[in-house]
Amino acid sequence: MTTPTGRGLLHLAAAVDQPDTYEADPYIALTRLAERGALDFVTLGDSFGRPGPDALAVLSRVAPATGRIGLVPTVTTTHTEPFHVQAAVATLDWVSRGRAGWRPEVSATEEEARLLGRRDAAPAADLWREAGEVADVAARLWDSWEDDAEIRDVATGRFVDRDKLHHVDFRGSTFSVRGPSIVPRPPQGHPVTVVDTTEPHAYDVAARHADVALVGAAGPAQAAAARAGLRRRAAEYGRDPDTLRVLAALRVDLGGGEHAAEPGHGGGGPLPSDLGPLYRGGPVDFADLITAWHRAHAVDGFHLTPVEPRRDLERLVNGTVPLLQHRGLFRTFYPGSTFREHLGLARPANQYAALAGDPS
Amino acid sequence: MTSTARARKHVHLAAHFPGVNNTTVWADPRSRSQIDFASFEHLARTAERGLFDFFFLAEGLRLREHKGRIHDLDVVGRPESLTILNALAAVTERLGLAATVNATFNEPYEIARRFASLDHLSGGRAAWNVVTSSDAFTGENFRRGGFLDRADRYTRAAEFVATARELWDSWTPDGQPRPFAHTGQHFDIQGEFTLPRSPQGHPVVIQAGDSPEGREFAASTADVIFTRHGTLAAGRAFYADVKGRLAKYGRAPEDLKIMPGVTVVLGDTAAEAQERAAEIRRQQVSPQNALLALEQVWGVDLSAYDPDGPLPDIDPVVDSGLSQGRTRRGDPLAVAEEWRALSRAKGLSIRQTVIETTTRQSFIGTPQAVAAELDEFVRTGAADGFILVPHLTPGGLDEFVDRVVPVLQERGVYRTEYTGTTLRSHLGLKEPAHPVPEKGLTV
Repeated sequence: MTTPTGRGLLHLAAAVDQPDTYEADPYIALTRLAERGALDFVTLGDSFGRPGPDALAVLSRVAPATGRIGLVPTVTTTHTEPFHVQAAVATLDWVSRGRAGWRPEVSATEEEARLLGRRDAAPAADLWREAGEVADVAARLWDSWEDDAEIRDVATGRFVDRDKLHHVDFRGSTFSVRGPSIVPRPPQGHPVTVVDTTEPHAYDVAARHADVALVGAAGPAQAAAARAGLRRRAAEYGRDPDTLRVLAALRVDLGGGEHAAEPGHGGGGPLPSDLGPLYRGGPVDFADLITAWHRAHAVDGFHLTPVEPRRDLERLVNGTVPLLQHRGLFRTFYPGSTFREHLGLARPANQYAALAGDPS
Repeated sequence: MTSTARARKHVHLAAHFPGVNNTTVWADPRSRSQIDFASFEHLARTAERGLFDFFFLAEGLRLREHKGRIHDLDVVGRPESLTILNALAAVTERLGLAATVNATFNEPYEIARRFASLDHLSGGRAAWNVVTSSDAFTGENFRRGGFLDRADRYTRAAEFVATARELWDSWTPDGQPRPFAHTGQHFDIQGEFTLPRSPQGHPVVIQAGDSPEGREFAASTADVIFTRHGTLAAGRAFYADVKGRLAKYGRAPEDLKIMPGVTVVLGDTAAEAQERAAEIRRQQVSPQNALLALEQVWGVDLSAYDPDGPLPDIDPVVDSGLSQGRTRRGDPLAVAEEWRALSRAKGLSIRQTVIETTTRQSFIGTPQAVAAELDEFVRTGAADGFILVPHLTPGGLDEFVDRVVPVLQERGVYRTEYTGTTLRSHLGLKEPAHPVPEKGLTV
């Protein structure tokens, strides 16, 4: 007895990063491929300090060319304006009709600081504290318009009910924002926040603000422990832990075709690599690995970074996903239309709606 | 009638998405969402059907306030421009995509990267309308950007754009990253840009504003100037002035296109068009909006006044701070005196006075008459084209594209198909040269 999108079902996501790719078509092709496999979402990494286009721009370009899949660009919170960041993510939600997420990231290097020339480089721990504040103010600004703020009341000449627009008056350690947002509340209420806890110092931001947390784990027991730890910390922050999805982040190399996984890569688990746990083997064995972890209740799903984007994502969608579907572990179509529905997460209540009538 | 002996000067057209001021009529039953992507898609596709050069989005960074509360009488709220334009690149093929982005609340590296990304992702259709206004009210939403006086704003903007151009040029012509270093009065940055040179070389740069500093800034660096519409004579004077400033920057008159923002009202007859224009003006100025317009000039609460009654006898309070986030209309005492004089002379109520003074469509008439007027502005050196500002979202340009564009084409002053793929090619602008830095210039 599982609901089509409810908790308990497996969630799958894939990175669509491609080196030296600046035009739109390759990103559209990979995202459509992932959508054909009914994946929950794709991610696209970003940094001021390495070649590549702006990730949020790319996924905005991809949005009208796709229909259901969630779209999660990395957005740095270090050298950017929180007000601009939340407006862009909210707008991605509007143009995708409820499929936006974002993965906050920090820019801790001297090189990045020199590109912008505005602030000195700072320790990652401080920058992640700031990232948490940005996630906090973003959620407030998304709530700064109540859903029914636009009234178009011809009799009184009012376009909005201003009692349903709210200043947020946020004061963080490095910035403040008065609000309200310039963008009406996005379709999902809050676009999905994805935090990669394999980044040092990101753990608390994930526990507190993430809808989806990525964990690095070389085996199901380690993954289960990471999931339990995050859920416990989320509960300490006053959250219902069931509002947090924990996905294992794996690099996958399916270049082995139909060959069996290399020793150590199969049902047992991936091997550590410089860039995180790596699975190398065929798509069938990979389905077995996912099945085994899922049956062990290790994680809510997987975020997969293909080593060779086009080849590995094709093998995943054409080889691994059908097996998981056949086993009844993964959806065969999208029953919902928004990213939150794919994740089985409710549309958040508006934190200001309870203050109805407050003229602030 | 049409001269075939020599090519006639072509009219350039662009579409402005209806914005957050009272020229946008939201109370009309045909008005649709100001935020749904479908509205943007409709207007952009209409503009592309009409073979327009570009689609233009304004920017908002703080909701406007009046008497300490959020202004609720006009359209409120809008999406973030660059995100919308990247999405529109997916549903259009040739249309240029222009975003207004304030240089005050951003850094050159990030803005150069965002516009270069749009240019790559749209295949060479990006444009940046550089604005520099800054005020403490808007600054409350940002970590950066205190008040700069007008002269500093333009020196910073000029250095901002120059720095963006250095970044756009920083990779080698064969697509290899190359370090850049910029040290100036406002910016001191170095490193490697994340993108190769984009399809247009540089995204098109638009400058809006009529001040002397703005004109000089446009003459030195902009590709398009977005100005206000005036009379034919005022347009010619502006045109001559701005084009005359180009030579000292080594630029030719055709290197900068002058495109006033204009409104058009059509009818089957001249009389019908005038009737429709008057009706739109009444829609734009609701009784509530009339009192608000008055309060913006007078600087005090006038809610007790009857919009259908006479203007106040009291004098305005200068710099009362009653309205925030709006452009001031000029000296309040002079404006008030002018409005009272008009009201007395014509026997106008408050609402009628506001309608008379604040809303005036640029071109009113039959499609043939409007096409002839647009052509005359371009032919006689008052403009290179127009940025059309419709009053309805999203259907406000449907009729223009269906009825006026064909007449312009018949007159031989408008394209019948896109001949190029980039916005620069639509505008007839050269691709900027790609300078090869001397050895030792970069670190």
